[in-house]
Amino acid sequence: MLEIILRRLWQSIIVLLAVSLLVFVMVYVSGDPVELLAPPDATEVEVAQLRKALGLDKPLHVQYLQFLKHALHGNLGYSYVNNAPAVELIFERMPATFELAMMATIIAVIFGIPFGIIAAVNPKKIYSKAIMIGSLFGISFPTFWVGVMLILIFAVTLGWLPSSGRGETVKVFGIPWSFLTWDGIKHLILPSVTLAGYHLALIVRLVRAGMMEVLLQDYIKFAKIKGVSKKKIIFVHALKNIMIPVITIIGLNFGGILAFAVVTETIFAWPGMGKLVIDSIHLLDRPVVVAYLMIVAVIFVIINLLVDIAYTFLDPRIRLK
Amino acid sequence: MKGIFKNETVQEFFESKEAVFGLVLIVVLTLAAIFANFIAPQNPYDLKELNLQNAYKPPGYVADGIRFLLGTDDQGRGVFSTILYGMRISLFVGLVSTVFSAIIGTILGLIAGYFGGKVDMLIMRLADIQLSFPALLIALMIMAIWGQGLDKIIIAITVVGWVYYARTVRGSTLAEREKEYVDSARVVGVGHLGIMFKHILPNVLAPVIVIGTVRIANAIILEATLSFLGLGVPVTKPSLGSMIASGYQVLFSGYWWVSVFPGVALMLIVMGINLVGDRLRDILNPKLKR
Repeated sequence: MLEIILRRLWQSIIVLLAVSLLVFVMVYVSGDPVELLAPPDATEVEVAQLRKALGLDKPLHVQYLQFLKHALHGNLGYSYVNNAPAVELIFERMPATFELAMMATIIAVIFGIPFGIIAAVNPKKIYSKAIMIGSLFGISFPTFWVGVMLILIFAVTLGWLPSSGRGETVKVFGIPWSFLTWDGIKHLILPSVTLAGYHLALIVRLVRAGMMEVLLQDYIKFAKIKGVSKKKIIFVHALKNIMIPVITIIGLNFGGILAFAVVTETIFAWPGMGKLVIDSIHLLDRPVVVAYLMIVAVIFVIINLLVDIAYTFLDPRIRLK
Repeated sequence: MKGIFKNETVQEFFESKEAVFGLVLIVVLTLAAIFANFIAPQNPYDLKELNLQNAYKPPGYVADGIRFLLGTDDQGRGVFSTILYGMRISLFVGLVSTVFSAIIGTILGLIAGYFGGKVDMLIMRLADIQLSFPALLIALMIMAIWGQGLDKIIIAITVVGWVYYARTVRGSTLAEREKEYVDSARVVGVGHLGIMFKHILPNVLAPVIVIGTVRIANAIILEATLSFLGLGVPVTKPSLGSMIASGYQVLFSGYWWVSVFPGVALMLIVMGINLVGDRLRDILNPKLKR
């Protein structure tokens, strides 16, 4: 058990090193930020000074080792544009992204699981077919177009919900949260529904497929013969057995939701780290892009590690190996 | 290869109404994109044909002897014509990047499965690492670093896609490698390359075709998403994604047609491909056959 976890931890470190090298080299071979940052009337000497001040005059491997050393100290460089530590900028924006991602996950789960069960229990009924057609649309619609359509319907045409920003926030431990105010919740609805859409459809399909398979098994038939109520069979006996894959998918999807937050945040001007990275890409703010990619890589590696460990605990077949 | 397109398979395909609907959608939209020059009332890439006074006109507007069926955008381009030309870009990027990643993925999968050992481990570890990150993030990283352009978008989507083929092909190659026909070929003196490409490859191609179909849809969505974020193709030659992006900016001014119609076109393409892909998967998957 401990050995499995330690081995996974070691692998995670290798992955992070590989990602850091890849990101660094690729960023290095891309455009020259000095040209962009120097004022247009700068002399050659001034340009050289700026290059030296940013540490861009040293050879590539020296820059990488320095980058790695600083990264281990939690320093991923200074933003060229905002003149603040890149890590700080990202951590500042992170709670907004997490709030959005959590909200989307909650929506996907509380609607996805019941819809999946309904579609599995009475597959011939019209409402089950409607759910399945809905889920086909859900996985066919590009996330960003769903966002645009929601804005068109609920913000432009009906005027019910706001379409940009976080609204009023309340600070808890110095971090602003939207979900604690009515105005904030209104601002949260459209972006989180947009972000949830694809994953909601995915969970519906997964739960339905798992449920249909489980319902055919002998122990369910036995419970039926024994006279256990239909509700109890579905919610206690069957649901328990499909929860492992569903929880895994929810865990792994959280990463996907974080990534797609980039799109949703751009559409709804949600001030999270996704919008920050898109803005930084357009401004060629290299350290912020690198810091974002590294921090997201760490988050992903942690999520994968946790899912793996959870799996080892939940599935006795792996534990006993 | 012949075995894949047996008449039975074709018949089986046409038994599903959804799949036929999907196929019809794809064929119609592809033809419309290919013959865009003849169908479109206007060439949206030709600045001489654009008139800024026609900007943001609602669907059905008539000017300069052209009927703008779906309205016009900020440049006075007809949305209908731009969709036809934009679909070309979407389909082209989807098809080309899918073919590239299928070729690269298949070759790497063959190598990994056939030789095994360290080569196998290296390729598969790389695939594992890549799969632990969402496709959008990887594409975003590539675009962020290399900048915009059609060629870069194709590279990004190709890089994202190879893993799916490599994994599947490696799996089937592992099984094929042990079969008698491979041994016989070796005894007769066929080299590694000959065995891999002439003998094993034809037997592992069926799943590649299925994955390919579904991946085209993914590639098209990915291209649209990147273009929407402003990281894709240049705005002078808008793809469906960049059309939606430019329409989204004027949504509050009431010009809904600029982003709604390209989105519908995108959705129809993706749905058509998904329906066909689902059917192909069912037919070619031996596990589902009794």
